[in-house]
Amino acid sequence: MTNHWVDIKNANLIVVMGGNAAEAHPVGFRWAIEAKTRNKAKLIVIDPRFTRTASVADFYAPIRTGTDITLLSGVIRYLLETGKYNKEYTLAYTNAALLVNPDFAFEDGLFSGYNAEKRSYDKSTWSYQLDEQGFAKRDDTLADPRCVINLLKAHVARYTPEMVETICGTPKAAFQKICEYIAETGAADKTTSFLYALGWTQHSIGAQNIRTMAMIQLLLGNMGMAGGGVNALRGHSNIQGLTDIGLLSTSLPGYLTMPSEKEPTLEAYLSKYTAKPLADGQMNYWQNYPKFFVSLMKAMWGDKATADNGWGYDLLPKWDKGYDVLQYFEMMHAGKVNGYFCQGFNPVASFPNKNKVVASLSRLKYLVIMDPLATETSTFWKNHGEQNDVSTADIKTEVFRLPTTCFAEEDGAIVNSGRWLQWHWKGADAPGEALTDPEILAGIFLKLKAMYAKEGGKFPDAIQSLSWSYLDPHEPKPEELSKELNGRALADLPDPKNPGQFLAKKGEQLPGFAALQDDGSTASGCWIFAGSWTQAGNQMARRDNSDPSGLGNTPGWSWAWPANRRILYNRASCRPDGTPWDKARTLIKWNGEKWVGIDVPDFKADEPPGSPMGPFIMQTEGLGRLFALDKMAEGPFPEHYEPFETPLGTNPLHPKVISNPAARLFKTDKEQLGGHEAFPYAATTYRLTEHFHYWTKHARLNAIMQPEQFVEIGEELAAEKGIVHGDTVKVSSKRGYIKAKAVVTKRIKALNVNGKKVHHVGIPIHWGFEGVAKKGFIANTLTPFVGDANTQTPEFKSFLVNVEKA
Amino acid sequence: MQVNRRQFFKLCAGGMAGSTIAALGFMPEKALADVRNYKLLRATETRNTCPYCSVGCGILMYSLGDGAKNAKSEIFHIEGDPDHPVNRGALCPKGAGLVDFIHSPNRLKHPEVREAGSNEWKRISWEEAFERIARHMKADRDANFVEKNADGVTVNRWLTTGFLAASASSNEAGWLTHKFTRSLGMLAVDNQARV
Repeated sequence: MTNHWVDIKNANLIVVMGGNAAEAHPVGFRWAIEAKTRNKAKLIVIDPRFTRTASVADFYAPIRTGTDITLLSGVIRYLLETGKYNKEYTLAYTNAALLVNPDFAFEDGLFSGYNAEKRSYDKSTWSYQLDEQGFAKRDDTLADPRCVINLLKAHVARYTPEMVETICGTPKAAFQKICEYIAETGAADKTTSFLYALGWTQHSIGAQNIRTMAMIQLLLGNMGMAGGGVNALRGHSNIQGLTDIGLLSTSLPGYLTMPSEKEPTLEAYLSKYTAKPLADGQMNYWQNYPKFFVSLMKAMWGDKATADNGWGYDLLPKWDKGYDVLQYFEMMHAGKVNGYFCQGFNPVASFPNKNKVVASLSRLKYLVIMDPLATETSTFWKNHGEQNDVSTADIKTEVFRLPTTCFAEEDGAIVNSGRWLQWHWKGADAPGEALTDPEILAGIFLKLKAMYAKEGGKFPDAIQSLSWSYLDPHEPKPEELSKELNGRALADLPDPKNPGQFLAKKGEQLPGFAALQDDGSTASGCWIFAGSWTQAGNQMARRDNSDPSGLGNTPGWSWAWPANRRILYNRASCRPDGTPWDKARTLIKWNGEKWVGIDVPDFKADEPPGSPMGPFIMQTEGLGRLFALDKMAEGPFPEHYEPFETPLGTNPLHPKVISNPAARLFKTDKEQLGGHEAFPYAATTYRLTEHFHYWTKHARLNAIMQPEQFVEIGEELAAEKGIVHGDTVKVSSKRGYIKAKAVVTKRIKALNVNGKKVHHVGIPIHWGFEGVAKKGFIANTLTPFVGDANTQTPEFKSFLVNVEKA
Repeated sequence: MQVNRRQFFKLCAGGMAGSTIAALGFMPEKALADVRNYKLLRATETRNTCPYCSVGCGILMYSLGDGAKNAKSEIFHIEGDPDHPVNRGALCPKGAGLVDFIHSPNRLKHPEVREAGSNEWKRISWEEAFERIARHMKADRDANFVEKNADGVTVNRWLTTGFLAASASSNEAGWLTHKFTRSLGMLAVDNQARV
């Protein structure tokens, strides 16, 4: 979230799309209700199902799964054609006026530079026109046809209300109403908050779903505003934090990039990632990349990271391609992987095409499970009849199952969707011999380290160099690890602005990331967490819930990254001249010397109003991007591509380019995609109010509330198939089948799409062959093994099935 | 004997007789209820955060057992933290079952191994688990570690073992996971955010 949970109450319009907050994030959703009751906000829901969120909405419209870009592009078209958007904001704070490379083009579903064989783009034309200084050219009159906004207008012109109805199945009149609701918040003193979740990310076009919405927010002038923003309601309690810490194949902590083999030296790496400005007078914050990276290297390798060895650059692995989970299970399936660790993660249930996942795990030499619970992944080798029909004796994988503590049995911090790092405390010991994750990792690591010291082996350097200065090496304490993440001064750091003063003295915890250096005098495990554990102590444990402004801003409660800032891009809450767009939601203001306010200003503190510095300080041109340059895999503008399993069998916009042309698809998985003739129904998976993923089926109370697996089908489809409420049905895709009870409902209606009737089948995910609830099938037996072109997040939300009475 | 507060004072005003009645245990029910200790008052209250979705609701965990040698703490009740600015004391139906998650019969209690081809778990010690896992890792790493790619560039990567990190473990566990995996040269590292 660029904003945070409580801030939702400041919105004038709440759009829930690609999510179902009332059921998946029930307590957070109370703030949407607060906005309705206290702020007279409207709530609209756009979803294939009439969800519980829809049941309390002011307006609901159905949409076919996987077609959100079409509807949202239709909204952009409406805003641009009617002029109902914040023009001053768009001109000043987005790249609307910047001029695009004359060779950039879009034709028949493809952008310029496509390579069909590689299924990827040469993105060199996805760029600005530059002047002699290397800065982007702009035309503030917007007369030049190559202005971003003019290209955008042309791009979205095809997304007419008729086309929206044809592709999405959303009736024209309902779409018109949605446009009107959203356009009202183009006024400077009105905001929309979009709440979305996995219903947008889990598509082969997931990242572009979100981008289309973000572009609407820029046009409406809602970024940086209280009650606005791009608000991802993340799925788990700490995937925000674990992503912040860079636990993704090609990431490092703090959104730094893991070096690849194309950057053989530190110099090559830093020059690639140290951003150069694309406009004059910008903050261009990524220019500080070397400070963040060198401080990370000092945290990783301690004294072993020196200027002479490039701060230990060679100790880090260099990638040739991303090893995301789809890629890695493909390798595992091909027998190219020997060992795998699953730490609090249950891939048999959580990954697509469960049968492929089980077959892959069966080819490992060893599998290590670290978990508080008995997961399906830990017992994938057991035969559970139809639910897991494996030949145990043939599976040669050695499986180690290590019991870990759970949340209640340890101290530490997790990061919520609003980027708050909240410290928690241990309340009891774990059962039996369970250990914390750090104790287990230490146990294995110290064994390995000793083996390498005694016996030698391949490249022991990084293992022996890893900084491990914990009081008890076998039991690194949360406090020690947390302080490492924040970082400390390794030498006295003189304050350049106040001679004789110091930013920090040697050995002290750093006050924030502004103190980081690129000369080895600071160490910090995750630069965006700098400020979370300072000399003043653990900031994440703070519990002052006072809200002095009444805008729901509680700066004394826990600690938010970055710099305890609660609303990102908040400089954009004021006009270029420094006056707020809406006085009632003033976040920051200029006091004549610097920016001050109820939030930590997201700007250079002493940069006066009226300067050319843009509010989006992480961007090289300081502006929000309606044109994404080369940052997305499938194009700088969003385009509708059908799900890889489409009920239409075509793309009404461009029949030759049906699905995402830049998405990666492995050969064996391509063969396992089903067509709409054999599998005619559009399916989507989701969560229920009473369950959390595959965890709460282990908890008695939740198992009592929702004991048995079911699927939801509409009344019309049920009648066609002779299925009545309570029947057991078999739902199959090209990849396998599940059996479950049928819930026949009015909440899912057939849609008229491109001249044909499309039915949806709703598939809750929560069952499996382990737990205290009734045993069930893994819903992901059905889902396809293809991901988003940028993130490789699987397309769980849009695929094809058949339904029969079992 | 039903005695309300007013009657009790009347009885007491009767002098010795009244006092004796009280001493014999004929106390009014309300007064009796007042002296009985409410269970939560004897409990230790610990602040934590719900581990399910990303709203991050504050919770209060109540445990009995003072932590002395033979008085192991056990959490018997969990409720929303009324001071928390987001949830203000509320929990949803998922979080309402948290105490059953902690005490699930499916909690793992001991390190175990399932040997190749076997149909059962075998309990092992932590020492054996660490030793055997480290042995597997070293054998695989030494056999498959790539120091240089085809172009002679130093790459120091190990691709034949991967690590799937968690979704609810703390930042601190995540940071140690990062140090652990990257120092070994692992690139197949992902967390729940991927899906």
